[in-house]
Amino acid sequence: MSAQGSNIVLEIAGVNKAFGGLQALSDINLKIEQGKTHAIIGPNGAGKSTLLNTCIGLLRPDSGSIRFLGTDLTQGKLKPHDINQLGISRVFQTPAIFPDLSLLQNVMLPAFAHKEGTFRFNPFEPLRDEKAVEDEAMVLLEDLDMADEAHHHAGNLSRGNKRRLELAMCLIQHPKLLLLDEPTAGMARHDTNRTIELLKKIKASGMTKVIIEHDMHVVFSLADRISVLAQGAIIAEGHPDEIKGHPKVREAYLGSAEV
Amino acid sequence: MQTRIIIASTSLRDYLVLAVFSAVVLTAPVWAQSIGAGYPDLLQKFAIFGLFAIGYNLLFGLTGYLSFGHAAFLGVGSYATVWSFKLLSMNVIPAVLLSVVISAVFAVVIGFLSLRRTGIYFSILTLAFAQMSYNMAYSVLTPITNGETGLRVLRDDPRVIDGLFGVQVQGSPLADLFGVTLKGYAGFYFCAVILILGFWVAMRIFRSPYGMKLVAIKSNQTRMEYTGFNPRPYLLSAFVISGIYAGLAGSLMAIVDPLAGAERMQWTASGEVVLMTILGGVGTLLGPVIGAATIKYFENIFSAVNEQSLHQAFDFLPGWLNDLMVTLTSPFVGDGWHLTLGALFMVIIIFLPGGIIEGFRRIQGLFRRRPGKAGEGAQ
Ligand SMILES: Nc1ncnc2c1ncn2[C@@H]1O[C@H](COP(=O)(O)OP(=O)(O)O)[C@@H](O)[C@H]1O
Ligand SMILES: [Mg+2]
Repeated sequence: MSAQGSNIVLEIAGVNKAFGGLQALSDINLKIEQGKTHAIIGPNGAGKSTLLNTCIGLLRPDSGSIRFLGTDLTQGKLKPHDINQLGISRVFQTPAIFPDLSLLQNVMLPAFAHKEGTFRFNPFEPLRDEKAVEDEAMVLLEDLDMADEAHHHAGNLSRGNKRRLELAMCLIQHPKLLLLDEPTAGMARHDTNRTIELLKKIKASGMTKVIIEHDMHVVFSLADRISVLAQGAIIAEGHPDEIKGHPKVREAYLGSAEV
Repeated sequence: MQTRIIIASTSLRDYLVLAVFSAVVLTAPVWAQSIGAGYPDLLQKFAIFGLFAIGYNLLFGLTGYLSFGHAAFLGVGSYATVWSFKLLSMNVIPAVLLSVVISAVFAVVIGFLSLRRTGIYFSILTLAFAQMSYNMAYSVLTPITNGETGLRVLRDDPRVIDGLFGVQVQGSPLADLFGVTLKGYAGFYFCAVILILGFWVAMRIFRSPYGMKLVAIKSNQTRMEYTGFNPRPYLLSAFVISGIYAGLAGSLMAIVDPLAGAERMQWTASGEVVLMTILGGVGTLLGPVIGAATIKYFENIFSAVNEQSLHQAFDFLPGWLNDLMVTLTSPFVGDGWHLTLGALFMVIIIFLPGGIIEGFRRIQGLFRRRPGKAGEGAQ
């Protein structure tokens, strides 16, 4: 593999975050390599979502820095939409979609942000001229087995389907870094497998990903590296095989059960 | 209250809707006769308030931001038009342009400040700005608004453009379009053409990526931000567009009756356009126009009724019953028309939150045997 340091997409250094008396993140150091899938596992309330929140401008860390391709996301006045425009897209733990729009429109919309930037005033351009965007959105919906419902209201989808829709919304932006917060939670087995397949496909395309996941089957079939978070601190990090055998991890997270 | 917003559609269907809409509006003097509305004063009101409501719906219907201060732009548009009549020309073209520019400037300022907040706080800010404008029109701004008397056009006003072309005003000054006096049906047709233009622009917005983004803000503004959009300029531009519609409506009011008064800016006028939009159907293309026409039509009927005509209407009843019926119904007519409007509004909100348009859809659904996904975004 190539030398470390030169191909780091995201570098989290010394990040702390407290909510009142609760230290949600303590001295987090993490490097995400180009093209890799980095999994973050850990028990509920470990601070996994909080860590992602600091990366997208939702929360500001108390101290430390988060560098994304040369830009420090914690400095200056970067708004969430600026950070997205730098190339970071996220699937939220609680599905965040546009319930009043159709599935197709949900997927098309993020493409406009990617194509046009934070604002474009084009009230006289018909939507039907956006054939290329529509086609790309349809392909993504087909990949997720949702093409038949393309014109249905997204608000009526099940939780698992909303999550898959949100994944499509992120993928159409061709992000340089994709953050996935429990992308298969609440999904039927068949849909989980389908989602893993899609994630493998994007992995082959070289997209860098951070994935938070409870399903060990998903984690070990996708991750290149795994960090284990417990009570706001990283207690172990390494190759999936190392993590599987790590005694501290077994104790803190995986329990005594076989993995 | 869930409204179904169809953003995309085929071009053919849109042209058809536009053609039918234009035909219905332009033939109004003919068909409105059968419902007793076939005279220009009332038809003008339909068109002007229809335009006002279409523009209001572009903000409220698409972005979900509920403004309680749009009457301010209505008043500003009226004053600008009367000033144009006084200083420039009785021709309506400079008057309309001036109203558009001035109301846009007002909307930029009020919108910029109000959009720093969302939800109820946004609504209260817009209400506060409108009431401020209303009060200022009666006080410090009297030199511009002529206070309670209202601003009117006088025969010996300067009118520099008319002066350049040697146009003389005979009798009381009336608005004109290159020599055609916009009085009576001519006035209605001018309003009708602007209404159709306004409808067409709204339709384009509904079918554009820009319009889709406005609906997305209503649907989930936070998601918009994490998707890479800056909601602020989208909201501000929508606010300004709807402010311009209101300014245009105010301009038309002053065109068909060259007079501007501050009462046009009162909060009741702001509330009325909210009612019109909701009654017709929030977020629909046709709903606001239908809502506006419905309210103005029934206002016309109900406010004309008095106790005497009620006695006549219940003539067939024996004396004591006649008196009882008149006592029961009279609070709802004449000046009490607003009571009727309030009751009607409650019924709509409770039983038909999608407004009249939803009512049409339900009736259509009864006749169409095929259930399922009805007309959803036929891209
Ligand atoms: N905005 C917030 N305000 C207060 N406490 C929070 C907030 N977000 C998260 N927490 C707390 O921080 C801890 C970590 O939460 P979270 O990052 O969501 O955990 P995980 O995603 O690993 O399950 C939890 O104890 C949670 O209650
Ligand atoms: Mg979480």
